[in-house]
Amino acid sequence: MAESQEQHSSTLSLERTPNVATVPTRARTRGRFGRRLWQYRVPLAFALPGLAFYLLFYYVPLLGNVVAFQNYLPFLGFLHSDFIGFSNFTALFHDQLFWKATINTLEITVLQLVLYFPAPIVLALLLNAVTSNGIRRVVQSIIYLPHFMSWVVVVILFQEIFGGSGLLDQYLRNHGNQNPINLMTDPRFFKALLTVQVIWKDTGWGTIIFFAALVAIDISLYEAAAVDGASGMRRMWHITLPGIRPIIVLLLVLRLGTTLSVGFEQIVLQEPSVGAKAGQVLDTYVYFNGIVGGNWGPAAAVGLMKGFVGFILVITANWAAHRLGEQGVM
Amino acid sequence: MSRVSTAQPLWAREHNRSFRIIKSLVITVATLLILLPFLNVVEISFLSTKELAEYTGSLHLIPHHLTLAAYRSIFHGGIVIRAMIVSIGVTLVGTALSLLVSIGLAYALSVSGLPGRKSMLMFVLLTFLFAPGIIPLYLTVNATGMLDTYLSLIIPTLLSTFNVVVLRNFFLNLPKELLESARMDGAGYGATLRTIILPLSKPIIAVIGLFYAVSYWDAFFNALLYINDTSKWPIQLVLNSYILQGQSLPNAIAQSAQSVNVTAPTEAIQMAVLVVSMVPIIIVYPFLQKYFVKGVLTGAIKG
Repeated sequence: MAESQEQHSSTLSLERTPNVATVPTRARTRGRFGRRLWQYRVPLAFALPGLAFYLLFYYVPLLGNVVAFQNYLPFLGFLHSDFIGFSNFTALFHDQLFWKATINTLEITVLQLVLYFPAPIVLALLLNAVTSNGIRRVVQSIIYLPHFMSWVVVVILFQEIFGGSGLLDQYLRNHGNQNPINLMTDPRFFKALLTVQVIWKDTGWGTIIFFAALVAIDISLYEAAAVDGASGMRRMWHITLPGIRPIIVLLLVLRLGTTLSVGFEQIVLQEPSVGAKAGQVLDTYVYFNGIVGGNWGPAAAVGLMKGFVGFILVITANWAAHRLGEQGVM
Repeated sequence: MSRVSTAQPLWAREHNRSFRIIKSLVITVATLLILLPFLNVVEISFLSTKELAEYTGSLHLIPHHLTLAAYRSIFHGGIVIRAMIVSIGVTLVGTALSLLVSIGLAYALSVSGLPGRKSMLMFVLLTFLFAPGIIPLYLTVNATGMLDTYLSLIIPTLLSTFNVVVLRNFFLNLPKELLESARMDGAGYGATLRTIILPLSKPIIAVIGLFYAVSYWDAFFNALLYINDTSKWPIQLVLNSYILQGQSLPNAIAQSAQSVNVTAPTEAIQMAVLVVSMVPIIIVYPFLQKYFVKGVLTGAIKG
């Protein structure tokens, strides 16, 4: 949290001058504060709509979490619904689908950490070794593109290849396989499918941040190593990888901080076609049970627990990033 | 990232041959894997019933002739056009509002000596640590009376903290002397922002604007959650119900297709809708692409 110093010095000098002459009274302090507010009225007014947004859509909704402790009925609202203590939470522990959703969430996180996380690093290293600027630029503009497509579009693109009447299906049918597997609706492949989609959509975009780190590496290191006879692979291992290590650690730590959040829109779109057992994660549990199913209390309880654990994880991840000598988010 | 010199220095040349082959192979395959799904749907959208059967049956890539029938049936009116207009409207108004409010907040948080600046910054940054849960957020939007209005597609996602922080960092890094001389010439805060800061910040504002625009255009869940009235659906919801769920569109495509007397296969019409939904992004993409790296870098360096 790098707050600049000059703010301190200016407030100090503003306050000190009158302090020498008189003992400040409460009224005078308020008057001075009022004058400062007036002096800065324009930027303060600029800040107001943004602050109001954060208040209304981040801080006020925190209060809505009381639903987690209620037998919430929409027509009563949370002012008149009955408080039932921790019943919603204890009920969850007997709900098999809740445990299934938790396990699914963790499995997907692990799959993506192992399979998706290294992908942009590898691609960035390979692309960085491309010596033609023209080719590199063309490749970059192609691989960034999927990041800007909505999840609905991505799922449709996959459906048209792997789905029931997709290219693969038609091809297999024409080549003697009368009952090909539908990779889009087979519960066994669902988590793999999600991971492949994430890799397809975001690997290219993910390379940008590594390029930034690669450019910052001191070229003279490479020159020195080349003069000493280090091969290309050795230079990559001893210079390039250590050079991007800080950003790798930072991204890893941040990803661990969001362990409980896995592609919400992506899964909401596709969960119905494989069923809750294979596809439900914590976020979609909240949506399908709470807003669709009307079990507001238990769903809100899941949301609150997830939010709480997520908060702890982010704080821990941020702390870990600092401990490892990286910047962290705050 | 562009390198300045095009000549190959010694240290960059010496990758061995197997590495070079693997590198070219991986990059070529990756690029093709990204392009092919797009080409596939674009091609299907132009096919007639007969050609479609041939295409999917044999995977031959070049069709004999293309037809615009599918596009004609979409543009004859109906829910797709309506949804496109809704999406364009929400994206334009939303992006403008988001930029306005983000710039205002980011600028205020960069003004030195602003009373309460530190607490305000904290108030904003804390939102990195928690997300409002789905249910509390839904209840809040419900309480504000925005359900089933276009406002619900804009206001609840008005700001992205990441974007605000990136903008603020950019403003903080502008040369102080410029701002001070403007102040000494008697320019107020509003005038300084308008005449000095904004002109210098065009690239970053372009990037942030793009990020906001894309997130409005792509937003699906907001609309699913807050909009019940199908006539207010944005294009992403239409894509979902018409293509993914395979529902027929209420009094839209089927009718208009009959009235113009075209016989495009359903799949071609579906893919035409998909292609139309991607067009705005494809149009904006090249213009703003050159600013991507700069914008992401600014965010990465001082996140």
